[in-house]
Amino acid sequence: MKKVLEGSMAISDSIRMTEPKVISAYPITPQTHIVEHLSQMVADGDLKAEYVMVESEHSAASVVLGASACGVRTYTATAAQGLLYMEEVIYNIAGMRLPVVLTVANRAVSAPISIWNDMQDSMALRDSGTIQLVAENNQEAYDMHIQAYKIAENPNVMLPVMVCVDGFVLTHTFEVVETIDDIEKVREYLPPLNMKYTLDVNNPFSFGTVGEPSVYIETRFRLSNAINNCKSIIVDAANDYKEMFGKYEGALIDTYKMDDADTVIVAMGSVLGTIKDVVDGLRESGKKIGVLKIRSFRPFPADEIVDALKNIKNAIVIEKAVSLGKGGILSCEIRDALYQHRINSVNVNGYVMGLGGRDITPKNIYDLIIKAEKEEDVDGEFFGLNNELLNKVF
Amino acid sequence: MLTNILTKEDTHKQLFTMGHTGCSGCAQSMAVKLIMQVLGKNTIATSATGCLEVFSTKFPESSWNIPWIHSLFENSAAIASGIEAALQITGKKEGTTVLSQAGDGGTADIGLQALSGMFERGHDVLYVCYDNGAYMNTGYQRSGLTPYDSYTTTSPSGKISFGNNRPKKYMPEIAMAHKIPYTAVASAGYPIDLQKKVKKTLSIKGPKYLQVDVPCVPGWKYEPRYSVKIAQLAVQSGLYPLFEAEYGKITSVKKISKKVPVEEYLKLQGRFKHLFKNEAGKAEIEKIQKIADENIEQFGLL
Ligand SMILES: Cc1ncc(C[n+]2csc(CCOP(=O)(O)OP(=O)(O)O)c2C)c(N)n1
Ligand code: SF4
Ligand SMILES: [Mg+2]
Repeated sequence: MKKVLEGSMAISDSIRMTEPKVISAYPITPQTHIVEHLSQMVADGDLKAEYVMVESEHSAASVVLGASACGVRTYTATAAQGLLYMEEVIYNIAGMRLPVVLTVANRAVSAPISIWNDMQDSMALRDSGTIQLVAENNQEAYDMHIQAYKIAENPNVMLPVMVCVDGFVLTHTFEVVETIDDIEKVREYLPPLNMKYTLDVNNPFSFGTVGEPSVYIETRFRLSNAINNCKSIIVDAANDYKEMFGKYEGALIDTYKMDDADTVIVAMGSVLGTIKDVVDGLRESGKKIGVLKIRSFRPFPADEIVDALKNIKNAIVIEKAVSLGKGGILSCEIRDALYQHRINSVNVNGYVMGLGGRDITPKNIYDLIIKAEKEEDVDGEFFGLNNELLNKVF
Repeated sequence: MLTNILTKEDTHKQLFTMGHTGCSGCAQSMAVKLIMQVLGKNTIATSATGCLEVFSTKFPESSWNIPWIHSLFENSAAIASGIEAALQITGKKEGTTVLSQAGDGGTADIGLQALSGMFERGHDVLYVCYDNGAYMNTGYQRSGLTPYDSYTTTSPSGKISFGNNRPKKYMPEIAMAHKIPYTAVASAGYPIDLQKKVKKTLSIKGPKYLQVDVPCVPGWKYEPRYSVKIAQLAVQSGLYPLFEAEYGKITSVKKISKKVPVEEYLKLQGRFKHLFKNEAGKAEIEKIQKIADENIEQFGLL
């Protein structure tokens, strides 16, 4: 059914369709609407779940950890400071191979405190062993959560999945979303969670034991393999979903008007919509330009990206986070992927923009393209700064 | 005195078995064994990071013959909350005990927030704090439950210091302030009393808090054979009152059978040896005696 839904409603509605048994919730803007909608569903009996109102994000993550270890499907959501507060537990969930799904309503990290959107929060957890998928619009956010459980719960994966949605830009914006009416079809796509090892009094196991130097590195190696090897499972999840529900927004990556392009803009999340509009206009005036969308940031689809970019001249990477003391994160990883394939014909320029909710307008994108095509190897230069503010002495 | 003297064969059948790497004389391991004997096999346990977790689960070995999980230092109560929620929604809670465990640091310091949340939300969980009065697993640093004047590696005695200069945090009272159905303080020196209290928790739904005094050989610096004796002296001196409370009100206290001066307790332990050097130390011992006397008065221990 087609509905006009706020992003948060779309997400909570898709979570309802996946029937999690334990949900933990702690408020933080711009995530809060999601867990509010879920609590209403539980209050109305539309979702049969234990809804645990914890005292912190650290406990929100810990509650789903404990519940997941019992073999039940779990869900939580957070953003920014909440995610950083969870970080220790998220690493633990991944290390214990528990298929928790959480939404991150991407938000800038303090200081200065900002409730507005960028991707610094989820980027901070990129090395945790958590799968990170990034949604472009509310429809994709809806579909991606259902796929997230499918991926997480695959016996060869058994990893947490973080679904990243841009705070406010998606979570608080109303868009037309086509929802699934028949829960039976979701049940068919997403069979009940069936874990090999659970906390079960009839079959006792010890979880989270000490890893001595003689075993620790092998455990991490297995974790590393699990996340590296799940690319095909992410692709299958997207393809199966398409077959069943007719929706497809890419798997690991997606391409837009890239066929004969010499310049490609690379980005993640909601900014892709603005970029595509600009590209449409430029295409009309004859410019050979396209868009590469990264949908799975972890695992990082290096081969797929190289394949998509290898014949182009300029890759302009929009960075909505920065590695302070280094530079661009996404552009650096793309450059590394190209280097691994010994391709040095692609000029990769990364620009940090849109931090803390600064609008990325069509004009910004347009100006950026003109500038970037004249530059080489830009490593996370800040773009679109207000010079008047910078020159002011406080 | 001990009711649970076991043959070697028996110990292998225990839910918490021997063969772990705890120090000889470790009262924490004694308490765990006694508690598990009462709780039985339909128990799911969590442990915070700390001595118990480390000495009982050296991969690929584990002393636990029940489902057990360790996650982090500060989230034992939150993990237990999640387990309890999962058991409730799947209809498996009835007949299953959720046991959440941590040391004094994992309880009264870093884990206090998660514990308070678990209490306030009313989870049907038995929480046990093994109080050895310091961060033992990391090498005897001071915690909020370190007693007054105790030497630890971060509250050392020195030319101008008698060690820890703060009284022990009133953790059982903090639990009671949550008006939870049951709070109890027990000691590894009194196994029958401990097991009686554990047994009681089995008949009570909702959050339960049990704090157990567990002497630590290297941390308190005494000979392993004195573990039980020292635990008993803590009680008999009035320094570690054993009691029960329901919904925030004290319902029973374990009376002191023969009052001993605190000096008897202090002098067996290296962590207090700096108090026995001079007159100033004597004055400190008097202050500790005052703490004991106040406890005796407050709880009506005599
Ligand atoms: C977040 C975090 N901070 C610090 C530590 C280091 N640490 C591990 S165990 C421990 C001490 C545990 O003390 P306590 O809870 O009293 O248990 P005990 O070992 O004394 O039984 C500390 C400080 C940790 N693992 N995690
Ligand atoms: S250090 Fe103390 S608490 Fe830890 S195992 Fe040894 S005696 Fe037990
Ligand atoms: Mg301790």
